[in-house]
Amino acid sequence: MISRNDARQLPVLVEDLTVAYRDTPVLWDVDLAVSEGSLMAVVGPNGAGKSTLIKTIIGLMRPSAGRILIYGEPYARQRKLVAYVPQRSSVDWDFPTNVLDLVTMGRYGALGWGKRPGARERDQALAALEQVGMEQFASRQISQLSGGQQQRAFLARALVQDAQVYLMDEPFQGVDATTERAIVRVLQDLKRAGRTVLVVHHDLETVPAYFGHVLLLNVRAVASGPVNEVFTQANLRSTYGRRLDLLTEPVQAMEPGAH
Amino acid sequence: MDIWGAISQLFTDYTLRNVALGALALGAVSGIVSVYAVLRRQSLMGDVMSHAALPGIVIAFLITGARAPLPLFIGALVAGLIGLGLMHVITTQTRVKVDSAQGVVLAAFFGFGLALLSWALRQNNAQHAGINHFLFGQAAATVEGDVILIASVGAAALAVVTLFWKEFKLVSFDPGYARTQGMRVGLMDALMTALLIVVVTVGLQTVGVVLMSAMVVAPGAAARQWTNRFGPMMLLASAFGALAGLIGALISSSKAGLPTGPVIVLAASVIVLLSLLFAPERGLVWDRLRRRRMDKRFHEDAALEALAVMASHHGSAGHAHSLAAVEAYAGPGARRALRALEGRGLAQRSGSGRWALTAEGEAAARPLIERGRVMEVDGVPLDVRAQGVQA
Repeated sequence: MISRNDARQLPVLVEDLTVAYRDTPVLWDVDLAVSEGSLMAVVGPNGAGKSTLIKTIIGLMRPSAGRILIYGEPYARQRKLVAYVPQRSSVDWDFPTNVLDLVTMGRYGALGWGKRPGARERDQALAALEQVGMEQFASRQISQLSGGQQQRAFLARALVQDAQVYLMDEPFQGVDATTERAIVRVLQDLKRAGRTVLVVHHDLETVPAYFGHVLLLNVRAVASGPVNEVFTQANLRSTYGRRLDLLTEPVQAMEPGAH
Repeated sequence: MDIWGAISQLFTDYTLRNVALGALALGAVSGIVSVYAVLRRQSLMGDVMSHAALPGIVIAFLITGARAPLPLFIGALVAGLIGLGLMHVITTQTRVKVDSAQGVVLAAFFGFGLALLSWALRQNNAQHAGINHFLFGQAAATVEGDVILIASVGAAALAVVTLFWKEFKLVSFDPGYARTQGMRVGLMDALMTALLIVVVTVGLQTVGVVLMSAMVVAPGAAARQWTNRFGPMMLLASAFGALAGLIGALISSSKAGLPTGPVIVLAASVIVLLSLLFAPERGLVWDRLRRRRMDKRFHEDAALEALAVMASHHGSAGHAHSLAAVEAYAGPGARRALRALEGRGLAQRSGSGRWALTAEGEAAARPLIERGRVMEVDGVPLDVRAQGVQA
């Protein structure tokens, strides 16, 4: 158990977390300590509970047991420090609004009751759009965006929150090369600014290139820490089991002395 | 009395003015809530609420023995809320899905309501009070109290929507993210549902329990066709609702025997139909035309390319080919496409009915051929049909 004082230094601390759908545990007894300024990939097979972990951290799902602290306090008290990028398939993109308006939604929480977004929010949204390379799409209808553009718009909406901790659910899922580059650039920007980022990721091949830290998850937390220490074939095998056979080649690069 | 007579009487006839004002205000308020119902995919919710209200109305009537607006409104509201609570219990406590729960609650409450109603109608008093008009609505019976009730509900709805503008919008679009913005999503959900219930209930007298649900769907569905922005969508939905209400009330007042609810809903449906067909961008008609134009263009380009490629096999741009040869290359649309090309002065037909490029056609085909080069390997087009023509 980590002391309260130590917990205050940690952007995300998860202890003994268990989450269940009806009777089936989706996450079981998960511990995780994310240190400040780290870029962490969350990897694991389908149904490993990756998205559930993110959703439980931000209170969208209720844990059956365990606790989650953001800089030593429950999420409810630290909400403004955390920005969330949901899976883009989670919304109806035919909603009548444009990109600028969508990104401005990231300021709604800070605005408070009854207040409308104004020029300041507009400038913040435009700056965030520029950061993801979407400034020319500001007045574009969101139904007319490609999958990659949708993803970047969601990313800009989180950036506009200017949070300390970013939680991203599969941002690289099915995006084009331009978008992938833009997301990687944003991740680097965030790291440089000392922010902490947790990214649900499915492409094992790019983990060492994009991330410094990794959590290997399959209902239980198999391992977590710096990529060069825990992203080993042995750990991947215990995470993915037999399914790993398809993936061994890129992973061998990480084995000490493999070459 | 014809409809123009009805319009002219709007300014002089006290009763008719109440009717028109009531229907207009009701339509406008329905339009506002319909936007949320449509965008949140809760269109069936209004259906359940209006049908579930019937037993409440009849019971309220049996208790008070009169058809005063307020007690009936409260009866309908209570019954609707019980129905909603029951739906909530069914979906959370059992494995029955939402749509099944809606179906069950709607049918059970409406059936009970109908049974109560036919029993009540046998009491002579009920016949007199026109309680049976709650099935299909009767705007003609609108009194000043009704107009005041509708207007108050409308004003309250407007205030709530204005106050929670961005909350309602974000919760409708992305409830999970709304929660991370610190919004009370459950509360906002409940408020939006409450608005829907109140508006449905207040409209029962005018439109009736059977069709009121259409009023909280149709204006929003129509408005979405015309605009891509949230605010204008709400204004437009409100205007469409008001228009349908006014037209319906006037028509049904002018022709005896036409119940108001069906006429209002018909008017709303016509607006929806026109919107589905003719709205710019989203309208089916424009969509078809656009697609046809693109198809036509595609076929013409294909025929042009075919003539150019085949001519190049013979080394002279003016070399003519039969229609069958062009069809083999460009597909069955070739005949029409060639005629169109002839019209554009790009192709010409020789006396023997064979087709060749004109000088303009040759120039027009060049960029197409350039583009097609990508598809060639060692100067041989990959297109199988083209090779078939060569052989």
